[in-house]
Amino acid sequence: MRAIVTVIGKDKAGIIAKVSTALAENSVNIEDISQTIVQGNFTMLMLCDLSGAKLTLKELKNNLLELGEKIGVSIHVQHEDIFNAMHKI
Amino acid sequence: MLNRNEILETINMVEKEHFDVRTITMGISLIPCIRDDAEKTATLCYDRICKKAKNIVKVAEDLGAEYGIPIINKRVSITPASLLTSSFSGKEVVLAKALDRAAKTVGVDFLGGYSALVHKGMTSYEKSFIESIPEALSVTDRMCSSVNVGSSKAGINMDAVRLMGKIIKQTAEVTKDRDGFGCAKLVVFCNAVEDNPFMAGAFHGVGEGETVINVGVSGPGVVHHALKSIKGASIDEVAETIKKTAFKITRAGQLIAKEASKRLNAEFGIVDLSLAPTPVMGDSVAHILEEIGLDSVGAHGTTAALAMLNDAVKKGGVMASSNVGGLSGAFIPVSEDIGMINAAKSGAITLSKLEAMTCVCSVGIDMVAIPGDTPDTTISGMIADEAAIGMINNKTTAVRVIPVPNKGVGDFVEFGGLLGSAPIMAVSPYGCSPFIERGGRMPAPIHSNKN
Repeated sequence: MRAIVTVIGKDKAGIIAKVSTALAENSVNIEDISQTIVQGNFTMLMLCDLSGAKLTLKELKNNLLELGEKIGVSIHVQHEDIFNAMHKI
Repeated sequence: MLNRNEILETINMVEKEHFDVRTITMGISLIPCIRDDAEKTATLCYDRICKKAKNIVKVAEDLGAEYGIPIINKRVSITPASLLTSSFSGKEVVLAKALDRAAKTVGVDFLGGYSALVHKGMTSYEKSFIESIPEALSVTDRMCSSVNVGSSKAGINMDAVRLMGKIIKQTAEVTKDRDGFGCAKLVVFCNAVEDNPFMAGAFHGVGEGETVINVGVSGPGVVHHALKSIKGASIDEVAETIKKTAFKITRAGQLIAKEASKRLNAEFGIVDLSLAPTPVMGDSVAHILEEIGLDSVGAHGTTAALAMLNDAVKKGGVMASSNVGGLSGAFIPVSEDIGMINAAKSGAITLSKLEAMTCVCSVGIDMVAIPGDTPDTTISGMIADEAAIGMINNKTTAVRVIPVPNKGVGDFVEFGGLLGSAPIMAVSPYGCSPFIERGGRMPAPIHSNKN
C-alpha cells in the first residue's frame, strides 16, 4: 500500500533529514520525492511504500504528526487512493 | 507521481474549506425482528442493530485517518418502525426506547427510521404509531422520525397532513423545556426516498437489502472557494466550476463508501451528493448563492441561482459515482446555515421565498422556527403546500418546522451543535383550517400515469 506524505511549513535546515529518518526507522520506503517553495512555504511531497512497514498507516500518521509538531511543520499522511479518486477520471 | 497541485488542492479543501464526508449511514433491515410482543421485538431490534453496526464508528474513524478526510457523522437507519409495531399498537414507545439505547451503545450520532409511509392510506396501526411520535421523541435523544404523506404516484393523503400538523404541535409541547427540540428530529415528506443517509429523514426502505452503506458527501465551503477564483465569469463558467468541484467531492465519497461497505460487511448502496451546510463560517450554501452575485440570499434571483447550483452539483456528482441516490442536491435548512440565519435575522429571507426555493432544490422548508402559537392547521397547510410542490414536480420535498412554545417573531432559538440556531420566522396570519379539515386524498397528478 502506498501513501502520500506531505510536509508544509517554514523552510529550515534538516526537515528532509528528520522526516526521512522517521520513515526509514519504520521501514517505510520512499519511492519518489519532490520539494519546492510554494508561496514562501517549504512544501515536500513523498510517495511512500508501506508494504514492508513496521506500522500501519494510522500509526505512521500519528508518529509524523508528533514529529511535525516538534520541528514546526505540518505533516499529512494519506492513502494514495484518495488523490487518484479525486483527480483522475 | 501525482500532480503536486492536485495533492495540495485536496489538503486545502480539508484544512481551509471544511471539506468532509458528512455521514456514513448504515441501513439495517429489522424485518426479521418482528414479533407480536413489544418487549420481544424491542430486544431483538436492539440486538440486531448492536450486532450489525458494532464497528461503524471505528471503521469511520479509521477511514477518516487513512484518507485524511474527516467523517463527521456515523448513523444508522432502520426499516420504517410502523411496520415493526403493527401487533402491539399503543406500546410503540417501548421500541423507541430500545432503538435509542442501541444508538447509544454503538455510538452513532443519530438513528433514523421511527417512520411511517402513509402517502396513500393510513392503517389503524400506522395511525397509532404516528400518535406515539411526540412521546417517542420526548423520551429519546438520538432517534429521528419521519412520515411520508404524499407521492407523485399516489397523491397526497390529506388525513395524514391534518394529523401531522397536530403531531408537530404536540411534539413541540412535550419538549417545550428544550424550545420544542423534538420537532428538529421530525420531518414530514412527500416522495421520501428509501436510501437517504441524512437526518432527520433517513430510513431503510423495504426495497433495500439487508445491510447497506449509504454515504452523504458535503462541501459547500469547497464550492464557495472555487467560485471565489472566477469572479465576474459568465454563468455557464460558474456552472462548469461547480460541476468539476462536485465531481471531486463525490469521488472521495464514493471511495470511502466502497471501502466502508467492504470493512463493515455490508452492501454499498449509494452516494448522496448533497451540499449540506453547518452553522460554522465557511460552510454555508447561502454564501455560495451570495458569491454568485446576490446581496443576500432571499433577494430576487435566489431561486434561479439555486436552480443552477443544484443542477450543476448533480451533473458533476453523477459521473463521479456508480450509484447516486438519496436526496442529492443543495440543502437550505435555515438554522444550520450561517448565511441563512443572518438572512432570516435581517428579514432578507421569508417563508414565501423559502417555499419558492424548494421548487428547485432538495429538500424543503427545513429547520425553520415559527411562533409557538401557530395553529396546527396552518402547519398542515405548510405541509400540504410542500407536498404539492413535490408531487407535481416529481421530487422529494419536506417540512421540518419547530413551533417554539412561548416564543414569537423576533425571538431567537438555540438548538446547539449541527442543528444550529434560528430567529422565529413569521407565518401567514391567514388560516386554512376549512381546507385542512376536509381531509381525504388529493388525487395524483395526470403526469403520474406513465404506464
